[in-house]
Amino acid sequence: MAKLKGAITVNVERCKGCNLCVAACPTDTLSLQPNEVNDRGYHYAYMSNPDACTGCCSCAWVCPDACIEVYRVKID
Amino acid sequence: MELKDIIKEENKVYSKPELLDDVHMHYCPGCSHGVVHKLIAEVVAEMGLTEKTVGISPVGCAVFAYNYIDVDWVEAAHGRAPAVATAISRLWPEDVVFTYQGDGDMAAIGTAETIHAANRGENIVMIFINNAIYGMTGGQMAPTTLIGQKTATTPYGRRVDLNGHPLEITDILATLPGTCYVTRQAVHTPAGARKTKAAIKKAFENALTKKGTSVVEVVSTCNSGWKLSPVKANEWMEENMFKHYPLGDLKVD
Amino acid sequence: MKGNEAVAHAAIRYGCDGYFGYPITPQSEVLETLEALMPWETTGMVVLQAESEVAAINMVYGGAASGKAVMTSSSSPGISLKQEGISYMAGAFLPALILNVMRGGPGLGTIQPSQADYFQATKGGGHGDYHLIVLAPSSVQEMVDFVGLGFDLAFKYRVPSMILADGIVGQMMEKVVLPPFRPRRTDEEIRKQCPWATNGRTGKRKRNVVTSLELESSRMEEVNHRLQECYREIEKAETRCEEIDTDDADYLIVAFGSIARICAKAMELAREKGIKVGILRPITLWPFPKEAVRKAADGKKGILCVELNAGQMIEDVRLAIHDCIPVEHYGRLGGIIPSPTEIVEALENKIIEK
Repeated sequence: MAKLKGAITVNVERCKGCNLCVAACPTDTLSLQPNEVNDRGYHYAYMSNPDACTGCCSCAWVCPDACIEVYRVKID
Repeated sequence: MELKDIIKEENKVYSKPELLDDVHMHYCPGCSHGVVHKLIAEVVAEMGLTEKTVGISPVGCAVFAYNYIDVDWVEAAHGRAPAVATAISRLWPEDVVFTYQGDGDMAAIGTAETIHAANRGENIVMIFINNAIYGMTGGQMAPTTLIGQKTATTPYGRRVDLNGHPLEITDILATLPGTCYVTRQAVHTPAGARKTKAAIKKAFENALTKKGTSVVEVVSTCNSGWKLSPVKANEWMEENMFKHYPLGDLKVD
Repeated sequence: MKGNEAVAHAAIRYGCDGYFGYPITPQSEVLETLEALMPWETTGMVVLQAESEVAAINMVYGGAASGKAVMTSSSSPGISLKQEGISYMAGAFLPALILNVMRGGPGLGTIQPSQADYFQATKGGGHGDYHLIVLAPSSVQEMVDFVGLGFDLAFKYRVPSMILADGIVGQMMEKVVLPPFRPRRTDEEIRKQCPWATNGRTGKRKRNVVTSLELESSRMEEVNHRLQECYREIEKAETRCEEIDTDDADYLIVAFGSIARICAKAMELAREKGIKVGILRPITLWPFPKEAVRKAADGKKGILCVELNAGQMIEDVRLAIHDCIPVEHYGRLGGIIPSPTEIVEALENKIIEK
């Protein structure tokens, strides 16, 4: 059966570190940067567990700042 | 498979809608406004309405919506968006005109304009962000503030004897013959955001086919006003707001 | 026909795109006439009875923002309600036409004629540093003519203009010559004439935003400077007044609107008595014809300002001539209209015998 493999990119400067994407992610792929901040001082989101991403877009749908792009491939 | 093999243009399945400008939005982190803006931008582009859409922004946090969504905008006086929309819609009947209003705009200072535009059945879309608080002015009571809810002007909680009841403007609008579609949605989950997008799309279709007034209420969070984290605000909304403002369609003609 | 009815006919013939109003005495005939004429069947003009004056002026704001030629009419208490919307239009550089058929105030006042809204019309009315172009008709013919003039000036300068009439001109019946029918501008013509208008980003042009909001102080100051520059241009080019027998006169009466006609009769009576009086009638109340008043006052012994109020325009007259000759006011309030004899007596008592 085909397996979905995903990945996201975060527009770091748009991100406000609100954590809604982290909470919405069903596979615990995302976290907020524990140390790094963007120019506005926000701990931005990133894939802390990229292997878990299925490209389901949940994070992107709830992101209020439209800073997430989602990519997805089918692996046979 | 490595990340660089996945992150390729041909594999992209979600990105910022083109009509949402690449500028920093002034909203607080986690604010529902951003999600709703994004959905409107997606719907307008997908329906091919970029050249025909006029938005009316309110007074309130969304006053600057015109800086974010790349369509024509008129900024209205507080509460008057439905009157402004009425004129543009009647004078440019081929355009799709939508208002974007908060609870104060829609259900306090602008109640008359809201009800009468809907009662005339103007071919407009009203997008109503109900977060039960006045965000921009610093968290005062809104007409939709829940009983017991603490705000800057109800510091011990809203009391019926002092402040009256929460006004269910959307329910009132659903009773008017001029409205063709009245729905209440939320964007706190991916499924909720998807449903809200479908509702906005339906509302825009109604305006195009001149069916009457469509109202899309989005029960929203104001985590700054509520003094909660964005995630906690979503939980509070589910536990408290949805009881008083249950999600779903109120009227579909 | 009645002044109010004539406005309705003139609006349709001008090619007005929309009228939004709310009934109030003594001007409801404007809306009534439009509804009876049904211009939406002929020229396509939109006519709508709004739920309030507040809604009506915001419909005008919206229509003007979209580039259409739109108007409203009301009377004093209703015009007070519209002030916020008028201020927004001024702040957003929007052209529109507003008719005020004045009645006596303050408060609910009376439905009888008055000119007590002079300050409100000429000094701003709503909040912020702005002006309207204010035209004061003294006949039904001018009610008709100023619809076209008001719209033309509004679009030329992108400011709202106001016809400041009073209950007399609104209700008075006179013969008029209506202008020929002019077709409404096409959507394409509007897009060309008003490239700033919000009617959809046709041709994927850059988006237009109509707003009066600017939080950045230096940019807000710039907006204000732009407004003021526009007002200076209007002052230079658009000041209008009518003078009757001012050249040989010893005394000058300054009066606007319908009362100027009663003053013309008073002038005849005075001249029969050997008092040489001339009349200056400001037609634009803003911009006020300062220069004309100054020139007309030159060599005169005194000026009587006759107004249906407690003394409002007199301030502009005194500012214009820097009080170089005596200036007095005569007015009746509460809807009472002075007779020509009363005016001559006032001239004698307040100016000549002093």
